[in-house]
Amino acid sequence: MSLTDTGASVQAADNPPPGPGRARRGLTERLLAVRELSLLIALAALILVTTLRNDRFLSGQSIKDLLLGCAILVILAVGQTLVIVTRNVDLSVGSILGLVAFATGELFLAAPGTPWPLALLLGVALGAVCGVVNGGLIAVAKVPALVITLGTLYAFRGVDYYWAAGRQINAADMPRSFLRLGNQTVLGVPVLFLVALIVVAAVGFYLRSYRSGRELYAIGSEPAAARLSGIPVGRRVFAVFVANGALAGLAGVLYAARFGTLDAAAGTGLELQVVAAAVVGGVAIFGGSGSAYGAALGAVLLTTIGSSLAVLRIDPFWQQAVVGALILAAIGLDRLLALRMAARLRGRSAHGA
Amino acid sequence: MAHDSLYAAPPSLADTEPEAGRLAGLRGALGSWDAAIVAALVVAVLLAGLSVPNFATGRNAQFLLLDLVPLALLALPMTLIVITGEIDLSVASMVGLCSTLMGQLWLSSGLSLELICVLVVLLGAALGAVNGLFVTGFGLPSLAVTIGTLALYRGLSFVVLGDQAVADFPASWTAAAVQTLPGTSIPAAVVPVLLLAVVFGIVLHATPVGRALYAMGNNDEAATFAGVSVPRTKFWLFVVSGAVCGLVGVFWTLRYASARGDNATGLELTVVTAVLLGGVSIFGGRGGLLGVVAGVLLLGVLRNALQLADVDANALTIVTGTLLIVSVVLPNAVADVRARLHRRRQRARLTAS
Repeated sequence: MSLTDTGASVQAADNPPPGPGRARRGLTERLLAVRELSLLIALAALILVTTLRNDRFLSGQSIKDLLLGCAILVILAVGQTLVIVTRNVDLSVGSILGLVAFATGELFLAAPGTPWPLALLLGVALGAVCGVVNGGLIAVAKVPALVITLGTLYAFRGVDYYWAAGRQINAADMPRSFLRLGNQTVLGVPVLFLVALIVVAAVGFYLRSYRSGRELYAIGSEPAAARLSGIPVGRRVFAVFVANGALAGLAGVLYAARFGTLDAAAGTGLELQVVAAAVVGGVAIFGGSGSAYGAALGAVLLTTIGSSLAVLRIDPFWQQAVVGALILAAIGLDRLLALRMAARLRGRSAHGA
Repeated sequence: MAHDSLYAAPPSLADTEPEAGRLAGLRGALGSWDAAIVAALVVAVLLAGLSVPNFATGRNAQFLLLDLVPLALLALPMTLIVITGEIDLSVASMVGLCSTLMGQLWLSSGLSLELICVLVVLLGAALGAVNGLFVTGFGLPSLAVTIGTLALYRGLSFVVLGDQAVADFPASWTAAAVQTLPGTSIPAAVVPVLLLAVVFGIVLHATPVGRALYAMGNNDEAATFAGVSVPRTKFWLFVVSGAVCGLVGVFWTLRYASARGDNATGLELTVVTAVLLGGVSIFGGRGGLLGVVAGVLLLGVLRNALQLADVDANALTIVTGTLLIVSVVLPNAVADVRARLHRRRQRARLTAS
């Protein structure tokens, strides 16, 4: 639904966000339906308010930190979008990230000379293997992905702990060239964020313009109908989990590059933040609707809230509560819009008949 | 449109026709799931008692059972909720928030501890009512709502106490939480848990309300036509879940003599694991309380025994995860093989005749 036309966005730039004035109710509604736009407005408002309070919030360094901070969450949220769109969910991404991050560190410990592109590829491959485990089990067990990935959330994390056995890997153990990947900037933009942008663009384009991408939406809207219309549902769902695993693997390698210090707890609890980012970004939790761009914006918004609370001198303990309230608001808004839309469609068809 | 069963996984819709027959066949083969899980529990206790030193001691039994009290309590309402096809992921956060509220009230209100305990349970019920309102009043998916309140309540619990801890509860109270029944090494806290388990068991298995829960788990709409008030029942289930969380919050605070914002973090996934391990279907409509209680105990015994056998506590999550996956994959895999054999036999008979 969030893929409806963006034509109305131009006139709307100076409109206050959600104010259902009676006269332009149609317009406001259409605007809210374009989730990416309302997210951008919310993000802009947040940045504006924060900057008014402290103008250093928009300084180069602070923006760089923001971009760096959100890159990993963006990648994970985009991967999760692929999964949620098909009416599944992958709760194991935090554990996959942790496992791959630790594996990357171990790789450099064992073979210090490994060039970083090879480490990156191996990390992505390991993530994909985890995705194969998820996808394979889901195909065999024929139970909801929620249950299987809840199990692998524990299993992958356990493997991670078992492997680490309480050890920690430090930045000194990793080659400079690899760590630089985590902090370097190109024209002032962190490399990490550029990688995230590429992922967003690729997945966004795929979901929107490829036949198999559109089929994912069909699967999520109504699996039975998708099957009847000849879509290989099982294969697509399997592929989606492998892709999401690979992206979580990529995020794991980037995590290792960014933080340098690794133990087995890396990325614990991240899965809920990822799902939250996707939901705030307008990806319907029951599938069939949402875009990678929205999810990415959701991730950026969540990260920005974190840093602007600090600037606004609001107790940082509020951050999680705000995130929770935002999730509730986002799904409430979606529900409201869906109801209105349904009512309007019903009205129209009644006129037609 | 707003169907409530969690993630009707696409693959599960592949072959719905032989489902009923399969399950009946499976039941014949394995006995009921309840029996299987109870048998697994007995085997685990025997094996651990024989091979793990210090497992079969009174002191160990005391700690094993004490550690299981929160999990067992939370699993009771969760069972009912999952049977109706909903889920409550916010339980651990509600426990945390109730715990910090208890700490804050004790610190600053000057009320008696008895009154505070009652207030905390009521507050828990109010938190659950918020969940219930969002799910039934606004018609939102419980998975998304309770992921939102998971973040919200955890955030609020940090807002209430920050990173402080309240620990100066009267020693008579904290001692009472870990007290054993006179003459035995069984913790006294087990008694109320058992009482509650019996109450929940009776409600679920021997009253019209319980039958209504199964009915709405199988088919909301049909249950409505059969005269069940689906939204009202679900609302009260969430309220009960919140009240039990309040109770667990009180217990947790007294047992560890500490009210902290991060109390019980992450427990929600263990609770869901225990419930699913106990044979409750994530789709709703199937499962029983006996299996869940056995599932909780099995989880606790395995963890405890492995811990005594010097396995790293964190690596134990492999066991949790694997158990969960096996418990959902195994029945389906067995049923699959049986169905295939059956078909082959029939085909053979056809070609023979």
